[in-house]
Amino acid sequence: MGIRERLSGNEAVATAMKQINPDVVAAFPITPSTEIPQYFSSFVSNGVVDTEFVAVESEHSAMSACIGAEAAGSRAMTATSANGMSLMWEMLYIASSLRLPIVMSLVNRAVSGPLNIHNDHSDAMGARDSGWIQLFSENNQEAYDNMIMAHRIAENKDVLLPLMVCQDGFITSHSIENIELIEDEKVKEFVGTYHPEHYLLNAKEPIAVGPLDLQSYLFEHKVQQGEAMKNAKKVILDVAKDFEKMTGRKYGFFESYQLDDCDMAIVCMNSTAGTTKYVVDELRATGIKAGCLKIRCFRPFPAEEVAEALKHVKAIAVLDKADSLNAAGGALYEDVVSGMFTSNIHVPTVNYIYGIGGRDTKSTEIETVFDDLATIVKTGEIGNPYRYLGVRGGNK
Amino acid sequence: MAYNLKQVVAEKPSRFTSGHRMCAGCGAPPVARHILRALKPEDHAVVSCATGCMEVSTFIYPYTSWTDSFIHTAFENAAANIAGVEAAYVSLKRQGKLPQDHETKFIVFGGDGGTYDIGLQSLSGAMERGHDMVYVCYDNGAYMNTGIQRSSATPKFADTTTSPAGTKIPGKMQPRKDLTKVLAGHHLPYVGQTIAYMNFKDLYEKAEKAIYTKGPCFLNVLSPCPRGWGYPTDDLMLINKLAVETCYWPLYEIIDGKYVVNYKPKNKLPIEEFLKPQKRFKHMFKPGNEWMIEEFQKEVDTRWQELLDLEEMGNK
Repeated sequence: MGIRERLSGNEAVATAMKQINPDVVAAFPITPSTEIPQYFSSFVSNGVVDTEFVAVESEHSAMSACIGAEAAGSRAMTATSANGMSLMWEMLYIASSLRLPIVMSLVNRAVSGPLNIHNDHSDAMGARDSGWIQLFSENNQEAYDNMIMAHRIAENKDVLLPLMVCQDGFITSHSIENIELIEDEKVKEFVGTYHPEHYLLNAKEPIAVGPLDLQSYLFEHKVQQGEAMKNAKKVILDVAKDFEKMTGRKYGFFESYQLDDCDMAIVCMNSTAGTTKYVVDELRATGIKAGCLKIRCFRPFPAEEVAEALKHVKAIAVLDKADSLNAAGGALYEDVVSGMFTSNIHVPTVNYIYGIGGRDTKSTEIETVFDDLATIVKTGEIGNPYRYLGVRGGNK
Repeated sequence: MAYNLKQVVAEKPSRFTSGHRMCAGCGAPPVARHILRALKPEDHAVVSCATGCMEVSTFIYPYTSWTDSFIHTAFENAAANIAGVEAAYVSLKRQGKLPQDHETKFIVFGGDGGTYDIGLQSLSGAMERGHDMVYVCYDNGAYMNTGIQRSSATPKFADTTTSPAGTKIPGKMQPRKDLTKVLAGHHLPYVGQTIAYMNFKDLYEKAEKAIYTKGPCFLNVLSPCPRGWGYPTDDLMLINKLAVETCYWPLYEIIDGKYVVNYKPKNKLPIEEFLKPQKRFKHMFKPGNEWMIEEFQKEVDTRWQELLDLEEMGNK
């Protein structure tokens, strides 16, 4: 039986980090993730963890130091948001190409500009091609659980990729909710110790990391990275099975909520799934067959599995909390639609860009999405597939 | 024991192997090789390089010239990279996860682009945080790897591809940044400015001090570039000599804040001696441009005197 607590999302992540007890944490403050390094440095100051805390002068140096520390043979972690991760952008790609299983907490926030400190997913979406595993979390419990599972996934020999655990800035990072924590000893046993095969601090076997990698080799190295991302799919499910044995909490690539018999489904990520599930319950009470598919694992993207789970639905809305500004729909929408198309599944699917810059998304707005889907089911007309939700100047 | 070049070379095999692809006449490889020779043979090192000539010429997959552990990731962050490695070392050693009976040392090599300019923030951060490391800048006075663009280390009037000596503007119009003094402002336990000259004694001794002084240490090493400076490849050591004998590149160190000038030429040569053999200063010798040489000389004299004054102040 776990430990019942009340924690914010940031506290939950910091608690997970304390229990994981990494060798090095290098981080730089940025709203709304600042509390994580704050809490963590108090653990360091009070001798609760064995970690060397590196209070770097920028996020670029945070990721650079994590890369150095992980390549050195230690477990390195960091936390950031929005522009902080934008500044790391160059190093995100390098971290994954060097196959370093660094774990990061990304507290999602709008990337400038103009400047905005509130939640959307533009930071995470900007890193979707960076070679990082990306897990999303509806609430503090999921942010905590994903963090506990992170190292087992990232450090697996068939994977060896960095991993970021995402949660919504302020909405979950600063909201205090009930949570069930796992005992320290159980976490320690579950996460295990890190034993890299090759590392810089092994004086018996000096290695060189980060070459100039030209036309003759870079392509093959990129293919290996791609293979590792494919391998991550099995590992994510295996680790989830072990986690379920320990906690009773079940995780997969996504959560299907009232999906099996539904006519209309919303696909979304993070805290909006909570609002959507609430609306689904209300609609179900009136006999409307609504459902929700909440993506947990965005990278690797479970394209086939998502398509399979949605194939019986009559109309789908994919909600993107970041606008790709490409005149062709958001990132999640593109992935869902292309996954269905590749599996030869053709369900009318529309996209809504919503919640940009922390714009509140109310249950009444989610209801309007289901209303729109009902119209699509009834008329068979999709209309404009690229829509906005909760924006001035109309809903479409 | 007194320094003896032949003995050092005989007793300490190079930890930076031949077969790399640096240019003939480049000042950087002898610097790297000799600095690594200052390591005790029993000590392991982790070397980090900023992206630049040295990195792209010494570690082209699947070959490496570095016999110690080595990491390169990007241009502006070599100091932060090694800071992470050092932090891991401190953490793992404290936890008993590494053998307790041997030492690892942490050394960075960055050019002036990666150090004076794009990497200055990460260098400053790492130095202020006090990691036990040595940052070595091999200063060749421009972005040589991308084709001789001006940097903040480029001396005034030098002809580079982004400060070309034209009919209206005669080369770079700003004097060079004094990075050694910038690092002195970080109050480090050891800062040294040196060059490969006089049997590399000054270079070796400063490297030894920097590596074996606990805490963040910095070395600024002038490292001529035959392509960017325009001198015949076999004149490398001559150029080094002239940089020192004209007091363009004074040899000095700052030990816990105290300045020591390590070499004072008995006969300080006029700056023309240093400028003349280099094509990048060719336009300064055209009739009517005498003012440029005068101004350059004045700058050198002012900086030299300032240094002597700083040393004098420390002796009071």
